[in-house]
Amino acid sequence: MSADVPLQSSGFTHELGAQRRTRLVTRLAMLLDPLFFLLTLACAASIVAITVLLVHQLYVHSVESRNALGWNFLIGQNWDPVAGDFGALPFIFGTIVTSIIALLIAAPLGIATAVFLAEMAPPRLSRFLAFLIDLLAAVPSVIYGLLGIFLLAPFLTKVVVPPLQKALGFLPIFSGPFYGVSLFTACIVLAVMVVPFIVSISREVLLSVPRDQREASFALASTHWETVWRVVLPQARRGIYASVFLALARALGETMAVTMVIGNTPQIAKSLLAPGYTIAAVVANEFTEATGDLYLSALIELGLVLFVVTIVINGLSRLLIHATTGGHDHHG
Amino acid sequence: MKKAIVGAVLIALTAGNVALADPPVLSITGAGATFPYPIYSKWFDTYHKLHTDLQINYQSIGSGGGIRQVTEGTVDFGATDGPMDDKALKGFSDKRGCNVLHFPTVLGGVVPIYNIPGVKGEIKFTPEALVGIYLGTITKWNDLVIAKDNADLKLPANDIVVVHRSDGSGTTYIWVDFLSKVSKDWKEKVGVGTSVKWPVGLGGKGNEGVSGLVKQTPNSIGYVELIYALQTKMSYGSVKNTAGKFVRANLKSVTAAAAGAAKNMPEDFRVSITNPPGEDVYPIASFTWLLVPDQIKDEAKRKAIVGFLQWMLDKGQKMTEALHYAPLPKEVVEKEKKAIEKIHG
Repeated sequence: MSADVPLQSSGFTHELGAQRRTRLVTRLAMLLDPLFFLLTLACAASIVAITVLLVHQLYVHSVESRNALGWNFLIGQNWDPVAGDFGALPFIFGTIVTSIIALLIAAPLGIATAVFLAEMAPPRLSRFLAFLIDLLAAVPSVIYGLLGIFLLAPFLTKVVVPPLQKALGFLPIFSGPFYGVSLFTACIVLAVMVVPFIVSISREVLLSVPRDQREASFALASTHWETVWRVVLPQARRGIYASVFLALARALGETMAVTMVIGNTPQIAKSLLAPGYTIAAVVANEFTEATGDLYLSALIELGLVLFVVTIVINGLSRLLIHATTGGHDHHG
Repeated sequence: MKKAIVGAVLIALTAGNVALADPPVLSITGAGATFPYPIYSKWFDTYHKLHTDLQINYQSIGSGGGIRQVTEGTVDFGATDGPMDDKALKGFSDKRGCNVLHFPTVLGGVVPIYNIPGVKGEIKFTPEALVGIYLGTITKWNDLVIAKDNADLKLPANDIVVVHRSDGSGTTYIWVDFLSKVSKDWKEKVGVGTSVKWPVGLGGKGNEGVSGLVKQTPNSIGYVELIYALQTKMSYGSVKNTAGKFVRANLKSVTAAAAGAAKNMPEDFRVSITNPPGEDVYPIASFTWLLVPDQIKDEAKRKAIVGFLQWMLDKGQKMTEALHYAPLPKEVVEKEKKAIEKIHG
C-alpha cells in the first residue's frame, strides 16, 4: 500500500526504495515457497517412514513365531507360554469387543454433549465445560484404571449388575457370575476415557459451521432441534466421524486402564460380565518377563496383529459410514 | 566491580571443572529383576558412598530383559528371579565366549492371601489344598481337603474365586514352582514359568493388583510376595512343609528354607528351593540371583564387581532385614565366596 502512495516528507527516493523492497520480498517469497513445500513434505513423509519402520520391525522380529505357528496363531485359543503354544484369538476378541462397545457408549454420549456445548449452552458455560473436558483427556490412564478397580468395580457389583441380571440374566451376554473385573467394566472405563476426544473435536467442528446456515434454517421456521439435526450436524459430519475414529484408535490401543479392570483371562466368553483380555494388555503384562525366543517373538507378533486389527476395523467403519450416507459425503 | 564478578565466575567454573574431572568415576551397569530392586538400589547407593570412585547403575526392567541384556553384553551384569535354563546358558557361552555365574543375593517368599467374609483366623493350607484350588478341582471353601485342617474356622460353602498375577513375574514363578513340586498333575497340566496358562481364575497386575482384587472379591484367594504382605500389614495363611508342620512365612522361616536346601546346593546355585526339607522352613521361597560373566577383561571393572560381591555377602546381608528381605543362610554365603574366585580376566 505504502509503495503506491508516496509520502510528502521523504518524496521520490522513499517510493523507489519501498518498491525495491517489495520486489525483493516477492522474490524471496518465491524462493521460500518450494522450501516450505519440501519442509512440509518431509514432515508428512516422516509419518509414512515411522509407520513403515514400525510394521517392518514388528514383522522381522516376529519371524520365529510366524514360522513356528503360522495361521494357527490367529485362530488358536490356547495361550500357554510354558508349552510354547500361542493362540491370539481370545486377545483379538477382547480387543474388538471392548473397543466397539466402548464406542457404542461413548459416541452418542460424546456427540450429544458436543451439541449441547456448541448449540445450547451459554458461551461462558460452554467454554468452562470444554476446559474440563480437555482436562479429562489429559488424565493418565493409570488413574482411570485405579478409579475403575476401586470405585467402578464395587459399584457395578453392588448396584448395577444385580438388577441387570435379574432383568436380563436370561440373555447369554448378561449371564454367569460377576467379579467386578470383566469385559463390561473395561468397556465402561474405555468409554469414559474416549468421550473427551469425541466431545472436544466435535464441539470445535460444530462451532465452525457458519452462523448464516443456522440463521437461514431459523428463517425457514425450523425449530432449534430441526436446525441442529438437519443443518448443523450434517455439515459437521466429517469432523465428527474423525473424532470417533480417533476415539476408536485410542480404545484399541489402551493398555494400562484396561488391564487393571478386565480380569486378564484369555478366553472367549459369551457373557460380557465374564473376564477377558486384550492384545495391548497381554503384551504389556508379559513382555518384561518373557524368556525364550519364541515367547518374545509371539508377543511381538501380537503387536503386529493389533496393528492389522486397527487398520481393518478403521477400514470397515469407514466403509460402513460410506454405505449409510450413500457416498454423498461432500460437505465441508 | 565487573572484573570481580567475571573473576568469581571464572574461579567457580574452573573449580567446577576440577570437581567434575577428579576423581575419575568408574561406571558399572546392570539390569534385570524388579523384585529385589529396593534392596539393590540401597546396596548400590551405600556402596557408592563407601567407594566414591565407583558408580553402579541398575535398571529394573524385569528378569527376561536382564538375561537378554547380559547375554548381549549391553550391561556388565544381569539379575533374575528365575535361574537361566541350560539353553539360555548355552546361548550365553556361544555369544560371549565365556560362562555366566549365578550369585544368590537375597530370598523372597510368596504367601497365600484370602478374603472370606466371617472368617478372621489364619487358614492352614496343605500343598494339596493349594494345588486343588489353583487347578480348579477344589471349588468350595468347605471342601474337606481344606476344612479338615481348619476345623476351628467354620469355612463357608461358597465358591472360591481364584486370583493370580497377570503380568509375568518371579512371584508367579516361585508359586507355580512350588505347586509343580508337590503335584504331578500341576507339573503335567500347567508347568512352571513367569507366566503360565492358568486353569482357573482372574488376573491382577502386580502385587497391588492381586491384593486389590482379593480385598474386593468375597471368597477369593490370591498370592503375593511376603515383602508386600509385610509392608502392607496384610494377613496371610500358613503352609504345610515337608516335615508336616504348618509354618507361617517370615524372614526367619524363609531363610531357613535356603538353609534346608543348602546341603544339596549345586555348584552353580541354579536351584529351586521350594518345598525343601527341614523342620521350621516355609516351603514357598526362592533365591534371586545376580548374573555375572566369569570372564571380565577390563581389570578395573573386574575388581570393582568382585569387590562389590564380597561386600554384598558380608555387610550387605546385614541391611536386608530392614527392607523385609530374607538374608542368605551362612552355608550359602560361604559357598558363594568360593564361587567369586571363578571370575577371571
